[in-house]
Amino acid sequence: MASIEVRKDTCVGCGECVPACPFGAIAMEDSLAVISDECTLCGACESSCSYGAIIIRIGETGETEIDQYSGIMVLAEQRDGTIDHSTLELLGEARRLAEVDDSSVSVVLLTEEARNWPAELISYGADTVYVAEDVQLRHFRTEPFSRIAERLIIEKKPAVVLAAATTTGRDLMPRIAKNLNTGLTADCTELAIDSESGGLLQTRPAFGGNILATIVCSDTRPQMATVRPRVMKAMDPDKNRDGVIEKIELSLTDLVSRTEVLEFNPLDEGSVDISEAEVIVSGGRGMKSPENFALLQELANLLDGSIGASRAAIDAGWISYPHQVGQTGKTVQPKTYIACGISGAVQHRVGMQSSDRILAINKDETAPIFEFCDVGFVGDLFEIIPFVIKEIKRRRK
Amino acid sequence: MRIVVAVKQVPDTAEVRIDEERGTLIREGIPSILNPFDEYALEEAMKWRDKLGGTVTVITMGPPQAEAVLREAVSMGADEAVLLSDRAFAGADTWATSHTLAKAVEKIGDIDIVMTGKQAIDGDTAQTGPSIAASLDWPQITFVGFVRELNQDSIVAERYVEGGCEVIRSSLPVVITVLKDANTPRLPSLRGKMKSRKIEIPVWGREDLELPEDEVGLDGSPTRVVKITTPEILSNGEIHHGESEKLAKLLVDSLLGSEVP
Repeated sequence: MASIEVRKDTCVGCGECVPACPFGAIAMEDSLAVISDECTLCGACESSCSYGAIIIRIGETGETEIDQYSGIMVLAEQRDGTIDHSTLELLGEARRLAEVDDSSVSVVLLTEEARNWPAELISYGADTVYVAEDVQLRHFRTEPFSRIAERLIIEKKPAVVLAAATTTGRDLMPRIAKNLNTGLTADCTELAIDSESGGLLQTRPAFGGNILATIVCSDTRPQMATVRPRVMKAMDPDKNRDGVIEKIELSLTDLVSRTEVLEFNPLDEGSVDISEAEVIVSGGRGMKSPENFALLQELANLLDGSIGASRAAIDAGWISYPHQVGQTGKTVQPKTYIACGISGAVQHRVGMQSSDRILAINKDETAPIFEFCDVGFVGDLFEIIPFVIKEIKRRRK
Repeated sequence: MRIVVAVKQVPDTAEVRIDEERGTLIREGIPSILNPFDEYALEEAMKWRDKLGGTVTVITMGPPQAEAVLREAVSMGADEAVLLSDRAFAGADTWATSHTLAKAVEKIGDIDIVMTGKQAIDGDTAQTGPSIAASLDWPQITFVGFVRELNQDSIVAERYVEGGCEVIRSSLPVVITVLKDANTPRLPSLRGKMKSRKIEIPVWGREDLELPEDEVGLDGSPTRVVKITTPEILSNGEIHHGESEKLAKLLVDSLLGSEVP
């Protein structure tokens, strides 16, 4: 069983570990760090201690034959008759990682009809495309998709398996990881290969985006991660890249599922998926009422944009959850993000900080949003926005 | 209908602040709460229990003080509660957590549905629900925004995905993870509060669940945190003060740029 220990002869009672603990599990007693039962063995204190006085011991683990695993496998996602952009981003990232140890990149495509997609996937960085085609693979269903992917992973032994942190990837990957008895890191925003171990360093926001945690899966394979969409960069497609297309043979039992998709209802016109918008006008606590969102809507209409909101505005019931930007809402990356009456707490920031340009209007000049926006306006949004609307109309006449 | 709701005690991340000098989390005075997403799972479970009869059993894995969130759930209307607590469970990642929770579901026995929140607000992984389903070898419906139908044999639920809504039917038993859209959680009742004070909450450890040491806690976890940092903030924006009309013109300048006649 794993344990944590403070070495009494080494601990100098400096107290550095106390604030380092994300769980508040360390107290100083008689100049000695004492660790309470709230400790989750996360290891934050171990690395914070300058004296090496805190030690976490891990019990024996069964080791997979790690050396047999190589290469990076991406699970492709398709939507509305196209390959989802997140898949191309994953291929770009996989390509970059594969350069480090000169390994290969494969992609798994499960679909009703593969069309020209295998060639497209190769042009975006895949060396091998594994394709299964069946009418029953038209819609994503957890069981057939996980079963086929698991079998392929066991057979091909990739060192790393990546999928997008979409509702599909986040449904599928935990099931695969659990069944294959290996580790999975959710919603990564940064991946790297550790130069010493060759293992995958998986970095992700946690605690509402307040911290970034780097996670490894050292003793089991594959190392699995879902990756936040719109963070990694797709490479420019190269039609001349060489690649291999390999068909996955399916048996009837592969396609057995206890769930079935009865219907798919696309979002209504008007309720645009904000993660696709080029301009987002977003409102927070400073909007004060649901009616005031009409003001943002008018501005958004002029800019062909969509409406976003912070959690404060959602929780107040001023606007519906699909509009929420942030750690517990959507991650967006528009060309322009206009934050109106949003303080810019870290939970919001992680959902919009990769926008090309962030404009902010807020009455409170100490609001955190002014620390990371590109252009900030300190003032009353209820005065400024009507002027903005008037000015845009005037200039466009 | 016998339903288990798996919940988590979490620090209220909305209250977490950063110590700018040290670059660490300020934990002092941060309250521990029932994971907000789990309230929707609990409400959904109780809604269907009220309609169809049966029981709602709430479970959590955590330190002894995590019992508080179980009592809170009972005050809101859960029938039974079980705390999974053992030093050996510490340091569990989502693999080991879901493995332990699934064992508890099996030990409770004869369960039709496991419900849990979409994700917990401290880890935000959304992995525990589907991993429980894998452990039990049950089907799963994740990101459920609305449960249309539920009877002894099957469930029909709306799964909110990118660009729309899938309507999924599944046989029972099943694991579902619930979104905020599903319902409005009820407040604790007086009767519930009284019950929550009296109820005996059994505590199950590793041996009660007949789990080997290398399948729980840190030893049973394939992943491990090796570094924690605070995100960098880049501060190089231009900040304007002044009259609203002047600010509006500057804003339009930066918005339209080349569009200016």
